[in-house]
Formats: sequence, C-alpha cells, structure tokens
Amino acid sequence: MDLAVHLRSAVALAGRFPALSGVDLDVGLGEVVAVLGPNGAGKTSLLRTCAGLLPVTSGEAAVLGCDLRADRTQVRRRVGLLGHDAALYDELTALENVRFSVRAAGIGTERVGAALDRLGLVGRLRRTPVMRMSAGQRRRTALAVLVARAPQIWLLDEPHAGLDADARALVGSLVADAAASGAAVVLTSHEPALSVPLADRVVVMRGGRIGETREGGRGAGGEADRFLVAVGEGDVGVA
Amino acid sequence: MWRDALLVAGKDIRIELRSRVALWQVLPFAVLVLVLFGFALGPGPRALRVAAPGLYWLAVLFSTVLATQRSMAIESGEGTRDGLRLSGIDPAGVFLGKAAAVAIQLVAVQVLLGAGIVVLFDVHVQTWWLALVASVLATVGLSAAGVLYGALSAGLRVRETLLPLLVLPIVAPVLISGSRAWSAAVSGAVASGASWLKILGPFAAVYLAVGVALYGPLQEVA
Repeated sequence: MDLAVHLRSAVALAGRFPALSGVDLDVGLGEVVAVLGPNGAGKTSLLRTCAGLLPVTSGEAAVLGCDLRADRTQVRRRVGLLGHDAALYDELTALENVRFSVRAAGIGTERVGAALDRLGLVGRLRRTPVMRMSAGQRRRTALAVLVARAPQIWLLDEPHAGLDADARALVGSLVADAAASGAAVVLTSHEPALSVPLADRVVVMRGGRIGETREGGRGAGGEADRFLVAVGEGDVGVA
Repeated sequence: MWRDALLVAGKDIRIELRSRVALWQVLPFAVLVLVLFGFALGPGPRALRVAAPGLYWLAVLFSTVLATQRSMAIESGEGTRDGLRLSGIDPAGVFLGKAAAVAIQLVAVQVLLGAGIVVLFDVHVQTWWLALVASVLATVGLSAAGVLYGALSAGLRVRETLLPLLVLPIVAPVLISGSRAWSAAVSGAVASGASWLKILGPFAAVYLAVGVALYGPLQEVA
C-alpha cells in the first residue's frame, strides 16, 4: 500500500508550544484511520500538521511523498481539510464557495453541481449566502468543497459535529467512497460509535502522542461493536 | 499567479458588492472627510481651491485604510485564512488579487471625490493626463502598501488600530507627491507636476515587488 502520510517521531509546534510530541503514524492510500482522544490530546494538531499548516520541527514527516518541512505548498494542494470552522465566505453562496475552492485548486468546475447535489444543497439553498445558513448547512457546504475537490487525503476534524442523522449517514458514505477511490482518510472524533465503524484502523492520542492502535470496524460488521467495548468510551476521554 | 490574482480579485469584489461596505461606509466617509476639512478651512474660495488637491489625497489615504481593513477582514472569518492557505493559490496571486480589489474600490472613491472637489471647491483640472497618471500610480502604490501592511497586522488582536499607524506614515510620499502632481494638473504646470510622478512610480513598483515576494511568508506568520 502506498503511503499517504508518514510521520516518525514528528514534533510540531502550534505557535511556540509543542502540539505533537513525537508522533509515529503511517496511513496508506485507500485507508481510513480514526483518531480518538480527549480534548487537548493533539487530534486537531495532527490533522493540521498533515495539512501543512503546523510546522514540523523534528522527526520525519512526509505527505504523499512530499517532505512537510521542505514542500508544504505541494502538500496543501493535494489534501482537503474539514476543520472545526467551515472556512467559507459568509457573503458568498454555497455554489460560489464551492466554485471558488475548485477554481483555486486549478481543477474544472464540472464536479461542482454533483457535489452540491450529493450534500443535499439543491434548489434555492445552493444560491443562499452562507451567512443565512444553519450550522448544519454550512457544514454540508464545507463537505461539498471536499467532494468537488476530491483530494488525495481527506482530513476530517469531527466531521459528524453539528449534523443531523441523515447528514451523519452521508458522512459515512462519503468516507467510504473516498477510500474506495484510493484516497486516504484521517478523521478525528469524540464519538467512537460513529467513527470506529468507518475506520480500518483506530489510534488513540494523549498528550500529543499516539498511545494505542487497534483494528477498526470498516467492513468488519460486528467487530466494530467489540472494538468499542474494548476501547471503552471512558478510556478515550469521551464525555 | 495572474490567474490566481483574477480569482481572488473577483471573489473580493463579489463579496464587496454583496456586503456593500464600500458603498455605505468607505464612500460616505471619504466625502465626509472632504466636507469637514472644507468647513475647517472656511468659506474662502481661493483657500479651498489651493487646499483641494491635498484634501482630496488625504481623503483617499483614509479611505485606503478602511478598504484595506475590510479586505483583511474578509479573510478573518471562521477558518477562511487557513482555507486560503490550503486552496493552492499562489500567495503572490492572493496579494495581487487583494490589491487589485482594493484599487478598484479606491478608483470609485476617487471618482466621487473628484466630482466633490469640482462641485464643492470649484476646482477645474487643466492637464487631465497628469492627474490621471498620478491617480493610477498612487492607487497602485496605496493598494499594494495597504494590503502588504494589512497582511503584516492580520494575525494581531490590535490590527484595527495598528493598521493606520503602520500605513499612514508609510504612504506619506503618496500624499505629498499626489497632492503636488494634482496641484500642477489644476494650474497647468506640467513640468513641475511630472517630476512628482518620479516618486509615485517607483513607490508603486517597489511595494508591488515587495508584496509579491513577502506576502507568502507574511501569510504564514499571521
């Protein structure tokens, strides 16, 4: 399996403070990795490091074969990050936001309509300025950006947050489709019940390090339930 | 880089057209500056005519600060600055695009102010080409310097108050050269006016070059 993410003893800084304190992680193309852990464990920092937004100060760090310390610009073009914040322009509509992101990435706009359809942003909703949308609709628009851009690595920070049941199910199918198309997916979550069944592998973070790695539940059916019992929600600090 | 600049400029202009901040805040502010300075100088038509080019450029400078603040505020929304860094857009393209969008707003401000000094101060330009060239060069310099210093202060909590302190002293050469060139354009003294273009031109070129080179690193540290 080709590696999408390769971190070895990676240390990354958020400002002047260490956000990752020696992380070892390999993620293959077509693989889904769920990252669990309590607040402040370093989950978001891990995603931001993989996206080339946080500087790596020591250790090995490569994304899609590009050294994160030498060529962060190349990395950024090839990853898609769904952060806590939607990263949308309030005055622009869903259609305009997605179209801008796709054009910025230098790819054709032919996938924009299909991406908005997939996320249920149809009719007048796609021509509504984002500032007039609900939190869930904004989240859907941000996901539509990812679908339209089709990055080689999907970095999803709590993708289920603020979504209704239908949209949560949609996130599951988007993750599965991305992995099936050969993209790597790294997602963080406070909800193991939602994230573990989607993942090939689950890693648990604490204090900026990866403490434990287990098989995930993707394609394993009932194995996912056994995993949830084994990890234990209290063990990963989930409220 | 040019494709990215067009994309960013188009996005910023579209946002401005929809939010109408320039229309409802920057333009009235510029006219207000012109009128208030007119009040301060008194009703004497000669004093107003002499001071008009300086008042015009002072109003343009203050408007530059407002337009730049707004341009930076567009990228200070939830995660939009990270979104722009992840978009794959060349930082030089972001700089040029944002500077172009600010420049377009400044052109609108100058058209209004130009009409204002004709109506309020009875000023008539004799040498149009000189006034136009001075305006074009000054607009490029002001927008480039404004966006560059806007990026420098973007990540700071005190950015709203810091930006005028950074920008206004830096653009003082534009105020002086623009005012003198316009005074010459009004009086028809082409030779003396043209010499001031030798300051406006290099100012614009230097800030464009520095912005293209430094916007990327500034984007990272902001």
